[in-house]
Amino acid sequence: MNDPYRQDAALLRGMTQRRLGRRDAFRLAGLSATGLALAACGVQGKGTARPSSSAQVESEVEKYWSGKAKNGHVDFANWPLYMDPKQPELKEFTKRTGISVTYKEVIQETTSWYAKIQPQLAAGQSIDYDLMVVTNSIQLTQLIKLGYLVPLDHGRLPNFTKNVGPRYTQEAFDPGNVYTVPWASGMTGIAYNPKYVDTPPTSYSALWDPKYKGKVGMFSDSQEIANFGLFAIGVDPDKSTPADWEKAAAKLTEQRDSGIVRKYYDQSYIDPLAKGDIWICQAWSGDIFQKNLSDGTDLKFVVPEEGATIWTDNFMIPKTAANPVDAITLIDFFYEPAIAGSLAEYINYVTPVPAAKDAIVADAAKASGADRKTLETIAESPLVFPSDEDYAKLRTYVTLGNSEEHKKFESVFQPITTS
Amino acid sequence: MSRLRAALTPYALIFPGGLWLAIFFVVPMIVMLSLSLQSGSVEDGYAFTFNWHSYADGLANYHDQIIRSLLYGLASTALQIAIGFPVAYWIAFKGGSRKSVYLFLLLLPFLVSFVLRTISWQFLLSDNGILLGPLKDIGLLPDGFRVLATPFAVIAGLAYNFLPFMVLPMYVALERIDPRVLEAAQDLYASRFQTFLRVVLPLSLPGVFAGVLMTFVPATSDYVNASVLGGTNTTMIGNVIQNQYLVTQDYPTASALSFTLMALLLVGIFVYARALGTEDVLEVAAR
Repeated sequence: MNDPYRQDAALLRGMTQRRLGRRDAFRLAGLSATGLALAACGVQGKGTARPSSSAQVESEVEKYWSGKAKNGHVDFANWPLYMDPKQPELKEFTKRTGISVTYKEVIQETTSWYAKIQPQLAAGQSIDYDLMVVTNSIQLTQLIKLGYLVPLDHGRLPNFTKNVGPRYTQEAFDPGNVYTVPWASGMTGIAYNPKYVDTPPTSYSALWDPKYKGKVGMFSDSQEIANFGLFAIGVDPDKSTPADWEKAAAKLTEQRDSGIVRKYYDQSYIDPLAKGDIWICQAWSGDIFQKNLSDGTDLKFVVPEEGATIWTDNFMIPKTAANPVDAITLIDFFYEPAIAGSLAEYINYVTPVPAAKDAIVADAAKASGADRKTLETIAESPLVFPSDEDYAKLRTYVTLGNSEEHKKFESVFQPITTS
Repeated sequence: MSRLRAALTPYALIFPGGLWLAIFFVVPMIVMLSLSLQSGSVEDGYAFTFNWHSYADGLANYHDQIIRSLLYGLASTALQIAIGFPVAYWIAFKGGSRKSVYLFLLLLPFLVSFVLRTISWQFLLSDNGILLGPLKDIGLLPDGFRVLATPFAVIAGLAYNFLPFMVLPMYVALERIDPRVLEAAQDLYASRFQTFLRVVLPLSLPGVFAGVLMTFVPATSDYVNASVLGGTNTTMIGNVIQNQYLVTQDYPTASALSFTLMALLLVGIFVYARALGTEDVLEVAAR
């Protein structure tokens, strides 16, 4: 039990419900929404160049924010179970600023959310939300490229500037946080069911081990599967080239054709893992702990020695937002260490605010008994506060610059899962 | 005045349905046809360029999935006839006064969502689940045996999900057979088997035809069963199209594939109608 990434289930105090459909489960439901997108996309592209110099950014910011005022309300779109249902942070925010918040858990999955909002944003219409949380992804890159996001005025983000962890200001998908700032991060690693797997896996090669033939689960998401293929051939996903993609794809195809992979899963991998249909699989860190807590299972999550990918869910303000000032005030509020700490205590994902640790330690000192123990565990957890050494093992997704690259990427990896 | 009204009545009656179809069927169809011939990307925009490549590329890259879908559709349809015909026959001829109860029971699963019914199979057929677990424990099945994530699971799922659409038209055809025809056959010394083969079966064929039409088409283009019950190498064309629309956002290819599938199915249906010698395809299907 000296593996730092394995956690006691008690860590997840309060998380009695699973985050259903966190990413892909609702892909089925999204198809109808795309129908709407089609009608809108037949005309012209909206691709704009990212401002290249800081002066350009400043003028964009200036142009957008001048004359904007506080309206006293903000509509906030987020993923399910990404906040204590009692919303203590939002209540505190309203008490302090007088800005009321309508919080809706409407984002089930990046692609379907994007399919839903893209036509409205393209038409310059309101999406009814002033603030949303989107995972770094091809869709996020498109939101930025298509000019659908508000350039953030860092002058209005004093807490962010003071408290954000330095690595979160240099994310490959938005260096300098021009359009986005992190809400929380999580990892993609390997999960296994210790009932069937005797030796804890330490490396990606475990997913290619013939002794797990027909019992390995992989993700159907092209980016997720690509990351694992790249790690398996010893390439850092974020630094990968199209030639690396081909090699990784060959490795993944070999894994499929030798019958090792049972199936390519979306969010639905957790139940088969718990039931023993699959024994070892790709997994998102939070899911495994939530499953253990809600269903009493004893599934394990490991970050392989080659490293793992870290994804970040980000705050952003859509260009058509009615209340941008209230939205940016709320963003900054979540960068107060006490607030970030209180959020992390509940959701147990990586917080972008290192100082939140002290806030949690302080909370622990005030608490007693089991609560105190849990809070102390959270403060020490590498899954909430990864150390520099942990971060050194974490990589970001493959960054796809333009739609040509995206097309190429998909043409390499999609055939693997849609064979 | 009343003559004018009489002349207009049929149009007034067709108006709501016609409008509905025009807006929600014809318009999207045209948009999709246009999309399938466009080229470009979400970022750079799409332009109508008579880009027939989408069709050629779609066929070149996904012919395996198209052929597989047609095979799965056929296999599941055959399975449904094999399972459904006896059921329809039994309800029609032996159901007595409880016919409506049996029909209701047949439709009962339909009160539950399609996706949910399919997912429930994951629980039933799980490797160590309530069906396979005990069979493995007593050694009837090898440890590595599985049903889920195999082509069989997908075909069986398709057959299960569309079964009532097969049984109902067959039941209607069988139920309509005049008992006096059967008596006449017996009066002419036909054995029970001969009666079935030469009287009942031909008279039930329109029902079978309608059933095939109502199940083969949706089964071939289905994507839920393959994504829930399938594994590797069981992807159907519906899954590819869904993926192209939502994940890759390659709308032209997705549209081209949709049209290719639709064309194949239409041609298939008309060939099938000809082969069976049924003139009024739609009339039969409408029963």
